[in-house]
Amino acid sequence: MNALGDILSQGAQMSLVLGLAPLLTGFVRKVKARLLRRRGPPLLQPYRDLVRLMRKDVVLADNASWLFRVIPYLIFSGTWVAASLVPTFGNGLLFSWTADLIAIIALLGSARFFQALAGMDVGTAFGGIGSSREVMIASLAEPAMLITVFSVAMIAGSTQLANVAEFMGSDAVGLRVSLGMAFVALTIMALAENARIPVDNPATHLELTMVHEAMVLEYSGRHLALIDLSSQLKLLLYVSLIACVFVPWGMATADASVDRFAFGALLYLGKLTVLGFLLAVFETSIAKMRVFRIPEFLGAALMLALLATLLRFVSGSL
Amino acid sequence: MIAVALLSVAALLVLAPAGVVLSARPRGSIILYGGCLIATSTLCVTALSDLLFFAHLSPSATLPIGLPWLGAHFRLDALSAFFLVVVNLGGAAASLFALGYSRHEDSPGRVLPFYPAYLAGMNVVVLANDAFSFLVAWEFMSLTSWVMVVSHHREAENVRAGYVYLLMASFGTLTLLLAFGLLASGAGYSFDAIRASHPSAAVAGMVVILALLGAGSKAGLVPLHAWLPLAHPAAPSHVSGLMSGVMTKVAVYGFVRIVFDLLPEPAWWWSMVVLLVGGPTATLGVLYALMQRDIKRVLAYSTIENIGIIFTGLGLALAFKAEGLGWVAALAFTAAMLHVLNHALFKSLLFFGAGAVLGATGERDMEKLGGLIHRMPKTAFAMLIGCVAISALPPFNGFVSEWLTFQAILLSPQLPSWGLKLAIPAVGGLLALAAAFAAACFVKLYGISFLGRPRSDVAASALETDRFSLTAMLALAALCLIAGILPGLFIDALAPVSKAMVGNIMPHQVGLQWLTIVPIAESRSSYNGLLVFVFAALCGTAAASAIHRLASDRLRRAPAWDCGYPDPNPAIQYSASSFSQPIRRVFGSVIFAAREIGEMPPPSSPRPARLRVELHDLIWDGLYAPIAMVVGFATERINILQFFTIRRYLTLVFVALIVLLLVVAL
Repeated sequence: MNALGDILSQGAQMSLVLGLAPLLTGFVRKVKARLLRRRGPPLLQPYRDLVRLMRKDVVLADNASWLFRVIPYLIFSGTWVAASLVPTFGNGLLFSWTADLIAIIALLGSARFFQALAGMDVGTAFGGIGSSREVMIASLAEPAMLITVFSVAMIAGSTQLANVAEFMGSDAVGLRVSLGMAFVALTIMALAENARIPVDNPATHLELTMVHEAMVLEYSGRHLALIDLSSQLKLLLYVSLIACVFVPWGMATADASVDRFAFGALLYLGKLTVLGFLLAVFETSIAKMRVFRIPEFLGAALMLALLATLLRFVSGSL
Repeated sequence: MIAVALLSVAALLVLAPAGVVLSARPRGSIILYGGCLIATSTLCVTALSDLLFFAHLSPSATLPIGLPWLGAHFRLDALSAFFLVVVNLGGAAASLFALGYSRHEDSPGRVLPFYPAYLAGMNVVVLANDAFSFLVAWEFMSLTSWVMVVSHHREAENVRAGYVYLLMASFGTLTLLLAFGLLASGAGYSFDAIRASHPSAAVAGMVVILALLGAGSKAGLVPLHAWLPLAHPAAPSHVSGLMSGVMTKVAVYGFVRIVFDLLPEPAWWWSMVVLLVGGPTATLGVLYALMQRDIKRVLAYSTIENIGIIFTGLGLALAFKAEGLGWVAALAFTAAMLHVLNHALFKSLLFFGAGAVLGATGERDMEKLGGLIHRMPKTAFAMLIGCVAISALPPFNGFVSEWLTFQAILLSPQLPSWGLKLAIPAVGGLLALAAAFAAACFVKLYGISFLGRPRSDVAASALETDRFSLTAMLALAALCLIAGILPGLFIDALAPVSKAMVGNIMPHQVGLQWLTIVPIAESRSSYNGLLVFVFAALCGTAAASAIHRLASDRLRRAPAWDCGYPDPNPAIQYSASSFSQPIRRVFGSVIFAAREIGEMPPPSSPRPARLRVELHDLIWDGLYAPIAMVVGFATERINILQFFTIRRYLTLVFVALIVLLLVVAL
């Protein structure tokens, strides 16, 4: 395809993830509500919330610093760039070589770093509790994520997501024990990173076990809207990542025709629906954990990921 | 080239005695630090131009000093040139910082004469081309830095730090002396002769172990690190920056020079030893750092972590070199060297920031700081960049070197030996853990000392630091960003070093599309810091302008919300110890034998309840304390010898003589 087409497909990808992210969150909320036999908010509620928040005044704490006001934009841009680098409907995007999987994880790490700083800026007890717990969770989740990436990258022979997806879609993969372990580990990570049950509860305020919501407690108006949007983007990113690595079928290649792209997009929507539904079912069927049980949960993921990597070292075919 | 370098070193040596005179004058420190700035800048530019344009020349020089039959040999090859750049970049930044910072120094006479001598010592270590000059310069560097560690000698803690440092430094020099002794036994002291000799495998292996002990004790490898977090913070802040950012790199240089250059082809088990020391050093160092509340001590422990990362890279390079995978060895070695430079940049920056805070508030204890971002906005900005960079987050430089190290780890299934196959994933896991802990550690350092509300009056009334210090910090911060977004330039500059040490280079980077870096092949991995940075900056500004224009840009101030119960007392905030409590609870109970002891008074008593946290340094308790006990016990026993009568002394001499004669006769 020509350069214009490349830029168009990259732009389409960027606006697609931005546009779809609130919808995915709305969908998961709706399914959760239906499973609990509630009617639940309409699918488009997250968009309305965002628009309403953006139009409101920002109420800033008296001693908030300039950093506090900049951080929502930093978090948003880091997450958006990371999310637009994960292949969704088509592969081989223009900037796909800008950052590999390790860099995408690290970009999300940057966003989290700033988020934890924001929690401490105003100097309230709630902000501190959130940041402190967030870094505790991250100190386990991030290495587990990296080691999962190692195992997947060693199987595919690349850390470039586009190549990983291509390899996983080919016949060369076969059934592997290490891939299964990596899948479980990645799922646990996705739950932890997105502050979902059983690690954190996305629907709660004012609970002593909360993590993510405690850090953003002092935010309001457009700042809060950006942070909410970033969280939704991050959820979409992880779901796309799991789809891209473990069920990459139907993804359009860079030189495909327009209808292949359309087919890829439809299939991508289907994958999002299935994975979002599974997430909602999982969340409604499990209770939230105590804070100090989380390390055991994440430690299990860490060990699984390490085992997957070791298996790869022991035998090329496992 | 080498003449310019040697003349600049001589200028530094002349400045040292001049420091005695200058320290008595009101503007003396300005002249001295200005002189150091000029000398180190000259050295830095010379070395850089040598590395970039004349790396194949390797000029050498011999001066008629030192041992009469040997003379002092100097050589400026690619490796020396690179480390000269690192040493003098750090030295120039520290001198610039000290131009402003030195006004906080109450007794300049204890620092000024030794500072240029210390710089000269580090330069000579890197330039030396024979074992004798190397060791003399090494010891000179240790002793001059020791003097500055004990410069505030009225604090008991500093004296103890100096004592432990002196012991460990002597131990390190001793092992290096033995290493060079083994190397020189068949050849002679000059490095050229050692290179030409072929030591047996057993001798080479012993030299590797000795070099690891000697260089590792100076660099702070676990378990030889105990002195480092005591000594580095005790010195004045610009010297702390030099010790942590630069002197540990001179130690790395010593190790690389001996193991990669002077010894013949490596055996695979060497790398095993280096990896098994490097990986745990990285994780343990940063875990220790997380438990501290003294800013400078956090930074010193984090140096241990980064040394662990560098040695892991070197271990990987050794492994791949031994197994004949030269192109991966080049990748791992370049990653390690890049981290040497990166760590020198951000660690100097962070120590300068800590010095600025110390100068403005007189406090190193994080529990007494807070809210400094309002009082010292520029220092806070520079420190923020340093914290992000050291946490290995894109688009800054720390991420690039860690990313390259990870890429080398991902190629390790190609290694044939089983020991390495099993060790390297474990080391990779340890590095991943260290990276995550580092982020936690620097969120804590920055969040507690710069954000929030001031926890003491000194923090509430702090003033921004002077212009010289700010210039030094902002320049280093800019370098951190440049090295992060244009890593290709730095990787290409390192090519001659990697060519000389592992016999291979990474693919040429400059000239690739959009300055992307591609360590092996584009189908494997690539990273473009520049595009990530531009992308993120564009997205952020686009979002900001769109929202401000289309939605709302109004803002009003109000008291903090805090779920409706804001408390005006700053003590309500999270403190440094409470921030790391979850991590301490998860990891510390095993590694530090951490215990929390709650003491509740009986119901009728008016005493307050207390919570005590006990942390143990198991390495200190298990390794150093027993040695100290044995030495103490032995010295006490031998002490009787001091109180003999003359008759008994004569008997003793007589017996000793008989024993010696018997030994000779047998």
